[in-house]
Amino acid sequence: MTALLEVSGACVSFDGFRAINNLTFTIGPQELRAIIGPNGAGKSTFMDIVTGKTRPDSGSVMFGEKSTSLLKLSEAQIARIGVGRKFQRPTVFEDQTVTENLTLALKAARCPWRVLIWRKARADVARIADLAAQVGLADHLARKAGELSHGQKQWLEIAMLLAQEPRLLLVDEPAAGMTPAEREHTTALLVDIAKTRAVVVVEHDMEFVRRLNCKVTVLHEGAVLAEGSLDHVTKNQQVIDVYLGRGE
Amino acid sequence: MLFAKSKPSLIVVIATLLVFSLVVTVLSEGYGTGVLSTSFIKTLGKTLCLCLAALAMDLVWGYAGILSLGHMAFFALGGYMIGMWLMYARTAEIVTTALAGGGLPATPAEIQDGITSQIFGVVGTSELPFIWGFAHSFPLQMLLVVLVPGLLALCFGWLAFRARVTGVYLSILTQAMTLALALYLFQNDSGLRGNNGLSGLQNLPGLSSTSQDSLSIWFFWASAAALGLAYLLISWVVSGKFGSVIRAIRDDEARVRFLGYSVEGYKLFVFILTAVICALAGALYYPQAGIINPAELAPTASIYLAVWVAIGGRGRLYGAIIGAAFVSLLSSWFTGGRAPSIPLVFGTLNWVDWWQVLLGLSFVLVTLFAPKGIGGLFDSLAGLHSPNRRGAPLGPNDGSLQEKEALK
Amino acid sequence: MRVLPFVLAVLAWMFFGAFATVQADTAQSVLTTNTALVERASRQTIAPVIAALVESGDEMVPAILEAWADKRLGLRKADGVYLLIRAEGDNYATRSLDGQDLGLAPKSDITELKPNAGVRGLIATALVQFNLSSKDTAKRVAALDSIATDPNADALTPLRASIENEPDTALKDRKQRLERLLTLRFDPDSAARVAAIESFGTDTQLDLRAALNPLLSTKRVAVEGAAPEGANIANTLKIDEDITSNQAYGQLVDASLVPARLTVADQRAALLANLKDGVVGGLPLAKLNTQSARDRAYTALETQGLARVAATENEIAATLAKYQFFDIYDERDPAVTDAARDALRAIDQNVGLMRAADLGLDGLSLASIYFLAAIGLAITFGVMGVINMAHGEFITIGAYTGYVVQQWISDYTISILVALPLAFAITFGLGVAMERLVIRFLYKRPLETLLATFGISIALQQILKNIFGTQARPLTSPAWLDGAWMLNDVVSISYIRVAIFVLALLFLGVFLWIIKRTRLGLEVRAVTQNPTMAASMGINPDRINMLTFGIGSGIAGIAGVAIGLFAKVTSELGSDYIVQSFMTVVVGGVGNIWGALAGATMIGGLQKTIEWLNPSNTLAAQTYMILFIILFIQFRPRGIIALKGRAAGD
Repeated sequence: MTALLEVSGACVSFDGFRAINNLTFTIGPQELRAIIGPNGAGKSTFMDIVTGKTRPDSGSVMFGEKSTSLLKLSEAQIARIGVGRKFQRPTVFEDQTVTENLTLALKAARCPWRVLIWRKARADVARIADLAAQVGLADHLARKAGELSHGQKQWLEIAMLLAQEPRLLLVDEPAAGMTPAEREHTTALLVDIAKTRAVVVVEHDMEFVRRLNCKVTVLHEGAVLAEGSLDHVTKNQQVIDVYLGRGE
Repeated sequence: MLFAKSKPSLIVVIATLLVFSLVVTVLSEGYGTGVLSTSFIKTLGKTLCLCLAALAMDLVWGYAGILSLGHMAFFALGGYMIGMWLMYARTAEIVTTALAGGGLPATPAEIQDGITSQIFGVVGTSELPFIWGFAHSFPLQMLLVVLVPGLLALCFGWLAFRARVTGVYLSILTQAMTLALALYLFQNDSGLRGNNGLSGLQNLPGLSSTSQDSLSIWFFWASAAALGLAYLLISWVVSGKFGSVIRAIRDDEARVRFLGYSVEGYKLFVFILTAVICALAGALYYPQAGIINPAELAPTASIYLAVWVAIGGRGRLYGAIIGAAFVSLLSSWFTGGRAPSIPLVFGTLNWVDWWQVLLGLSFVLVTLFAPKGIGGLFDSLAGLHSPNRRGAPLGPNDGSLQEKEALK
Repeated sequence: MRVLPFVLAVLAWMFFGAFATVQADTAQSVLTTNTALVERASRQTIAPVIAALVESGDEMVPAILEAWADKRLGLRKADGVYLLIRAEGDNYATRSLDGQDLGLAPKSDITELKPNAGVRGLIATALVQFNLSSKDTAKRVAALDSIATDPNADALTPLRASIENEPDTALKDRKQRLERLLTLRFDPDSAARVAAIESFGTDTQLDLRAALNPLLSTKRVAVEGAAPEGANIANTLKIDEDITSNQAYGQLVDASLVPARLTVADQRAALLANLKDGVVGGLPLAKLNTQSARDRAYTALETQGLARVAATENEIAATLAKYQFFDIYDERDPAVTDAARDALRAIDQNVGLMRAADLGLDGLSLASIYFLAAIGLAITFGVMGVINMAHGEFITIGAYTGYVVQQWISDYTISILVALPLAFAITFGLGVAMERLVIRFLYKRPLETLLATFGISIALQQILKNIFGTQARPLTSPAWLDGAWMLNDVVSISYIRVAIFVLALLFLGVFLWIIKRTRLGLEVRAVTQNPTMAASMGINPDRINMLTFGIGSGIAGIAGVAIGLFAKVTSELGSDYIVQSFMTVVVGGVGNIWGALAGATMIGGLQKTIEWLNPSNTLAAQTYMILFIILFIQFRPRGIIALKGRAAGD
């Protein structure tokens, strides 16, 4: 199996503080992966590196069959070649309707000229309705996103992520602020998505991770501490020391 | 005009503009009863041009969130470009006539020398600066009206947006650009007559027999048409997905990047488009004003443009037009000495002296208490309300809409 | 060569003798002999008489000359005797030329001699040599000043003679210096002149440069064939390299060696003169609207002999080929010009270095002005993230405070000392009021703050204009700040600028002390970094913001007093500095006092450097500086001293 994303030897430091320390990480094209780790382990910085927000001081980040280096690409270019990201706090465009939000995310040409003359086709309308139904927002298409509840915004953002049709999804704490039923739904959705593409989930909630039932990577001080099934890593003494041992 | 359906304001604005133009024509000295003086027609025509600039400002600030304090520089540049042709062609006519009186028909070199000494004698230059190379040709100089401000906007915007200068930093940088341009033009060897500027622009070459009464109406109609067309164009630009993208950039540009849109490209597009619209507005404005000099590029002029948009209500195209027309007409009424002085206990309140104080303070009040500006009145008439977000703005960016500015 | 002065002296004696027919012994006799010349004295004719007076050896000559220059020399109409006179009512008190009192005489009896300015100048020159050895120090100094302003060959001998017995050492030094300056220009001996030039070494003073420059004055000549015999050639000019062929031909025309070229106007006149029935030289009038057509018509006229034959381009080239063009030194001695050129080159190098030093000082003082203007902004913008467009008006208000205080307190020193804290208090109050009334509602909305404060700015500016009018108001600095600290002729800095520099340093110190050492500073830093956290620790962010804004505004007021001392105090004073202040903060890096310092240093230094590269145009300097800043922001978007990493909040 060739890897979809391959991060090797990445290092990032802020003012002498090493946020990422020689990190190596690989994920396949159709894989679900959970990343856990204590605060300050470098989870967010890892996502920043992959999405181009932060440039590593050294190391390489390769993506896709052609092993495109992500280091020379801008955030927008990285998003266009198929990396989608969902933030911890829901970030949707609050002054725009749910339809507009989804239209923005819909996979289509992104350059200004093409966008200027872009007009909604029947297929696009159907796709938006479909996505909205998938996340339970079918009745809210005309509402401004700013009026949605916190959970609804989470769903909207997930729908936007799906509309982008990325090959790799980076999802930061998707279940935060959700009811148990919604978590159930989210888990099912993520597992379902991972059948066709790669999904990386950063999560604190062990119960949620367990339900995902996937390979787990434990980060600590900017490096991979352990990797394997959840049962495997929770038995690892080092992991227990740095993470679980802290009264989780 | 599919998008017209979703924008009732569009029809109202165009219709108002049409009716207004017809009424003004009927009342004009040139083509009507003469109730309105020619100078007042010119004031109205100039106001329409300012509305056009405000419209562009609303697109770049109200929709894309870029508070540019340099758009009046593009406006003035457009004026300078058209002014070069007007002044050159007009001087050429005068010089040719004068030389013909000398017995021999003039040679091209003699005409050139005559024009140069007429235009540049005042700054002590004896050679025609190379930037006047196209000034003899109307089409080429019209091309420059678009190209020069467009290229300046391209260079500046590319540098600034690429470096991800945003918010107040960008405002300060655009202000600095304006100041740099103004200082450059103030020099005598800038090739544009230093602080003398270009003058006599109200006389059209080849039309010396046409009276200013008629010319003022022509320009009034041209300004009205330009405003109408620009309103159509900008409404179309902001109505579709493009408008959605730039509003998204205004509120949260980082998020837009992660959706795969190149934020810099969009900002640059809007910046250049609005710069060109401003330049065209300037090219219509200065032939009506008759004179242009570097003082027109003062950084405060551009801030006033933002003030008009804010008073009209940003993020609403009609708001920009209302704001610019309202404030600039009121300004010219107050500062023109036509407003009656108010006798007070301790003296007389002379509006020429105190209008600017009133303007400044009322602007503070609008910012504090009525962020929707005059446009907000129309919103309440139409029964539109702001969302309740407990005081939070709609996005993390400096340029994002405030809760009170937005509509449900 | 030593013989030459002697020969000259003899010649002069013979020359003067021709006028003064009788060898004079006393001043009286000299004057009487030349009465015709004295009565109608003019600059052209009087020199021999003055020379004869000086030669006479009469010890009253200096007094007589002074009296003459002061219009105190009279001619008794009755017998043509010259008298020293002093007006007393309708009479003159008279004395004879040898000093004896002759009592009063009615004015009508005596003609008062009224020498014109030219004659007075000659008298003064003649007096110099007496005054050089005068017992009165002031007179000796005046004589030296006179020689220094108008150096001439005649002064050399008396000056040399006076050095030996000069009692005052400082004056003696000065005399020796002046003697060398005169020697290098006027001494007949070439070796002495070269020695004098070389004796100055690395001296860069203006008087030396003024003395050397005339030695290198040149004249441009055109010569047919070889270079002129014995000429001291500065440059051999090549046509098209050193001079254009037009200039060269013009040189020949000026020297009347060749006829002038045909000008467009002449050609036009010739064509018009020969216009018959709408045809000139075979061409119809209407066709003469190009230069080539006119040339053809003129050529036709030439061949018919109707117009002057003008040189064609080829003929001009041939003429020019016959001539050589030289720049020739007016000074004929190559040794002297070589020495002078070398000395000037060395001086130029030295002056160049000093100019750089002077530029450094200028840049430093400009930097401290920008720093003063920007430090308040750095606090409000940097620490609080608030853009205050009215900052410029706070500076103006500070300057006007200084002006108003001077209306009440006439002692400038005290008034400045009162104005500084008063300006701080007033602008502090205004700043606090503005923060409470406007800005605190707009935190986190920097663009709205910018526009709201712009509204305040235009309102304040207009109010100030209404109160103080549009003309500039004087804010006079105390006398001890007048003048400049002169290191030498090139490097100098005015005391006001030194004071501003000191003030800037003082502010830097005070600010650092407040921020690093006081409770207020600690709280300010806490609120800057995390307002919510600070609030939960018991700090009142509202109070801190208010104080910070007040202090920032107050400093603007003080900066206003300082800037007002050297700039014109008008209602637009502050707005002239506002953009530069913003630039300073942005370039330096936000949120850091060192950033403001670095920004001010860079902008001040840069502006002066650009002015130095293009000294004629300070407007262009500002233009290029701003362009540079726009480019600079490309490479350091967060300024010179940027907060890095997560704290920067990106």
